Amino acid sequence: MTQMLVIMLQGTAVSLEVFFLTLLFSVPLGLPITAARMSKNVIISQAANVFMLIIRGTPLMLQLIFVYFMPYHLFKISWDRFIAAIVALSVNYAAYFAEIYRGGILSIPKGQYEAAKVLGYTKWQTFFRIVLPQVVKRIIPAMGNEVITLVKDTALVQVIGVAELLHVAQTTSSRLFSTMPLFVAGVFYFVMNWAVSAAFQQLEKKLDYYR
Amino acid sequence: MNDFKQEIISVSHLNKVFEDGVTVIKDISFSVYEGEVLGIIGPSGSGKSTMLRCITQLTTVTGGSVSICGQNIVKDGIYADKQSLRQIGLNLGLVFQNFNLFPHFSVLQNIMDAQMHVLNKTAAEAEQTAMILLEKMGLTEKAKAYPCELSGGQQQRVSIARALAMKPKVLLFDEPTSALDPELTGEILAVIRGLAEENMTMVVVTHEMAFARDLSDHIIFMDGGVIVEEGDPESVINHPQIDRTKAFLSRFSGR
Repeated sequence: MTQMLVIMLQGTAVSLEVFFLTLLFSVPLGLPITAARMSKNVIISQAANVFMLIIRGTPLMLQLIFVYFMPYHLFKISWDRFIAAIVALSVNYAAYFAEIYRGGILSIPKGQYEAAKVLGYTKWQTFFRIVLPQVVKRIIPAMGNEVITLVKDTALVQVIGVAELLHVAQTTSSRLFSTMPLFVAGVFYFVMNWAVSAAFQQLEKKLDYYR
Repeated sequence: MNDFKQEIISVSHLNKVFEDGVTVIKDISFSVYEGEVLGIIGPSGSGKSTMLRCITQLTTVTGGSVSICGQNIVKDGIYADKQSLRQIGLNLGLVFQNFNLFPHFSVLQNIMDAQMHVLNKTAAEAEQTAMILLEKMGLTEKAKAYPCELSGGQQQRVSIARALAMKPKVLLFDEPTSALDPELTGEILAVIRGLAEENMTMVVVTHEMAFARDLSDHIIFMDGGVIVEEGDPESVINHPQIDRTKAFLSRFSGR
């Protein structure tokens, strides 16, 4: 029993690593994608549009397989499966985050931009000092949704052989002829998402000082 | 009398056609001199606000010239370079109908932020300027409050303080009391009156006829994108010569 828990905690550590690294890369990566999508240049905005259609229109599991095996098929080189998992997940989540950012940016009243312009702020200052802080507050509920989904989507990286929590639970389960490890995995995912929602509630509370 | 005063705003042959082909401003010319208050009145859709937006670069003109303190923003429909436009724009302050305060900043930050990040003032300098202005607006005790905690009248006073903190050469008001409850308009009008007494150069677009008459040195009545009648406030508002002005003002005779 203890041994089983130790193995599963190791799997959880891998899942958490995938989770945090994906967040670390996808949250900032969403911004340039939003910028491209909202660009006045039709070629750039259409390119971003097609990119998002593909990413959001195909299964994440397929994207993981594609990212890991494509370099081998094209150039006969293979690369680290963990890195491939992070790349695929980050790009996928960045596309979803980009749409959330875009919704947030579009919800900021035009008057905010006008006030900033008349006061002499540059476009960059207007975005980073005036618009973005307000966007952050508005997108928290939608981001919470997405981040909870990410916790569960980390289970998909097993398709390219990364030994994350669910994968470890399944192998342990078949080795012990017991469904116990699967049940324990479920509890672990639940606890992780409990922490995620608590964090988002805390964040929402912290930004409650203005409307 | 205006001969030795600096011309702060000069608008000549200004034209503005919207993208859908509607002409909103037709060949308008006027000047505002240092220390002068110009009142602009007229029905909704007459082009008053659009004209302020042309002067403050919130929209582009289709033709004509606008210059601020002798520097051209646009000359015969051709704009100056971006750097100059931004520099010239700093001479102007604009007070919006809907205040447009930054909700995520406290009252004090609203007034300090642009001073620090646009004019490169230190925090101490910016705070000093802000506190002097807040005292003048009677809002010293609200410095730490957020805009959502203030009444409309208080928010508008903060937005006036925010504009004044940038030390503009001229302050433009776009219907500053139109979004306020009638009982709150008085406090804003009093603030603007106080600024007029300090010889602040101002352009005020308003529907408050009595206020425009008492405050302005010069009145413009606009309708359909043109200046229908202009002159000293007494003659335009109390003794209009043109039928369209008379018809418009008769609706306000009760006030």
